[in-house]
Amino acid sequence: MMLKGKARRFRQSDDINTDYIISGRYKFKIQDPNELAKHVMEDLDPDFAEKRLEKGDFIVAGRNFGCGSSREQAPMAIKYANVSAVIAKSFARIFYRNSFNLGIPAIEADTDGIEEGDELEVDLNAGLIKNKTKNREIKVAPLPRTMQILLEDGGLVEHFKKHGGFKLD
Amino acid sequence: MSKTIAEKILSSHSGRSAKAGDIVVADLDFMMGQDGTSGVAIDSFRKMGAAGVCDGAKIAICIDHSAPSPNIGVSEIHKKIRSFSGETGINLYDVGCGVCHQLVPEQGHVVPGDLVIGADSHTCTYGAINAFSTGVGSTDLAAGWISGKLWFKVPETIKFVVNGKPPKGVYSKDIILSIIGDVTADGATYKAAEFMGGAIEDLSVEGRFTISNMAIEMGAKAGLMLADKKVLSWVRKHSRRKPNPTEPDEHATYSDIKEYNASKMGPVIARPHTVDNVSPVEEVEGTPIQQGFIGTCTNGRMEDFSIAASILKGKSVHRDCKLIIAPSSKQVLSEMVRSGVYGAFVDAGAVIVAPGCGPCVGTHNGVPADGENVISTANRNFKGRMGNPNAFIYLGSPATVAASVIKGKITDPRKII
Repeated sequence: MMLKGKARRFRQSDDINTDYIISGRYKFKIQDPNELAKHVMEDLDPDFAEKRLEKGDFIVAGRNFGCGSSREQAPMAIKYANVSAVIAKSFARIFYRNSFNLGIPAIEADTDGIEEGDELEVDLNAGLIKNKTKNREIKVAPLPRTMQILLEDGGLVEHFKKHGGFKLD
Repeated sequence: MSKTIAEKILSSHSGRSAKAGDIVVADLDFMMGQDGTSGVAIDSFRKMGAAGVCDGAKIAICIDHSAPSPNIGVSEIHKKIRSFSGETGINLYDVGCGVCHQLVPEQGHVVPGDLVIGADSHTCTYGAINAFSTGVGSTDLAAGWISGKLWFKVPETIKFVVNGKPPKGVYSKDIILSIIGDVTADGATYKAAEFMGGAIEDLSVEGRFTISNMAIEMGAKAGLMLADKKVLSWVRKHSRRKPNPTEPDEHATYSDIKEYNASKMGPVIARPHTVDNVSPVEEVEGTPIQQGFIGTCTNGRMEDFSIAASILKGKSVHRDCKLIIAPSSKQVLSEMVRSGVYGAFVDAGAVIVAPGCGPCVGTHNGVPADGENVISTANRNFKGRMGNPNAFIYLGSPATVAASVIKGKITDPRKII
C-alpha cells in the first residue's frame, strides 16, 4: 500500500487526546461522518479541516496519539477528512484498534525529523516512510498480520461481510 | 508456564495457552455500549449484514452520557438505541438508570474471571472484581454482538504493589492519581495492570472500582485486582452467576513491578489539562473554583457521597461556586435518600442531577464558562472535556471537592475533616 501527502503537525505533539481529535460536544449530536470531519482537530487548530488540510495528507504526532476515550468518531472524523494515515511515535491502544477497524493505517515511526508541510511517501509493504522534502528515509515498525488483514479487507465491517466472522489467521 | 491474570483469562476464553504478545480470538462473557458509542455500533452492525445478535442476555446498552437528552441529535440516537434493543432483546438501561460502569457490576452482569468488552474507555473498571474488561470501539462492539467473540493482543502486565495505611484525608482517588502522576499518561500503554498489596486489600470494593476505573488514564488495557473475600461477598450480593476467581501464578512474568507506600501519600490534584499533571493539593490551594462536581464512574458511589456529605453537612456551598451531584445509579440515589445524604446535599445548596454521567462529558448538566475553574471527581480533565475548551478542570477526591466548594477555592480536605 503506497500513500502520498503532506505532513500536518500541531502545536502539541505528545498526548493528542480524542477530545482534541473530535470534541465530545460534536460526537454526541452529529451522526453524519462528513459533518464530524469538518471539526477534526478543531480545539488544537480551528482552521485545520477547512484551510490547512489537503486530501491525502498525514497527521504527524509524537507519543500516545489518540489517548482518552474509546470514541470511534475520532478515527472516523480523520478518515472522512481524507487524511490518509496517522504517523506517530506511539498510539493509545483503543485508537489504534479503531483505526484499523475503519481501514485507516496508524503507523508507528520516529517522527522527530518530520516537519509541517514535508512531502511524505509511505510504503506500508516495504515498511518505509520517504521524506521527500528532507530527502530522508524513516523505517516503520512492521504491521502485525492481524492489522494487515484488516487493512487489506478495508476494515472490520468489510472483513465481517467477506468472512461472516473473524478470520484473522 | 506461569501466567498473569490477563494471560489466564485470555487463555481460558480462547481455548489455547496464551502468553503476552500472542493474538487470540476469545469468547466474550459480556458486552456493553453507551449512548455516545452505540449509535455507531448499530450502524456497523447493520452494515455487517448480520441476522441478529449472538445472545441478548450478554449485551447491554446504557443511556447515560447525555441523559435525559439535551438536544434533538441526541434524542435521535437514544431513539435508535431503544428501537435496536427492542428488536434484538438485549438489556437496555434507559435514561435515569445510571452510569454504565456502575450498572454492569451492580446489576450482576460481570463476575470474577470474566472477559468483558465495552465501547467506553473506562470499561477497565470491572478489573476491581477480577474481570478482564477493556474498552473497545463501536465496530469492535458490533463484531462482538454478532459473533460473541473479539480478537485481543495478550498484553504484558505491570504489577503495582501498594502497601501502607493511607493517612487521614487520603482516599483511593489520591492513590490512583499519585500512581498515574508517577507512571504518566502512557506509562502502561498496551499493558494490563495488576493492583495488589495491603492498601488495596484495605479498600472497600467501591474504593477499588475508583482505582481500576482510572487504569486507562495511564494507557492500561485492564486494571486487575484479586477476587478476595470482600469481592466474592460483593459479587454474591449482586449476581447469580458463578465466579471464577483468577490469581496470577507465583512466577508469572511482569514487564515491571512498581511499589508504593500509601502511608506516605497526601491528597493530590490533577491539574489541567492532563490526568498525569498531578501535584500535592498544597501546591494549588487557594485557586478559585466556580464549579464543583461529585459523581461519575470514578467517584459516584455511595461511599463517595457519604464522605462528601459528612464534610458538607451543616455547611454551605460558597456563594461564588456551584456544586453538582450525579449519583452513579438509581440504586445509589435511593440509598442517598434513605441515609439522609441527599438532604445534606440539598441543604448545603448542591444541585442533584439525574443518575448518569452528569456534566463529565460536556454535553449537558453544567458546561463551564470561559476561564472558569472546575474541581471534579471525574477521571479526565482534558481541554474541552466538560464542553468548553476555555475552561480549566482540576481532579480530586470527593473529600477534596467537598472541602473546596465550601471555601470557593481549592482546599486541603485535611483542614476540614
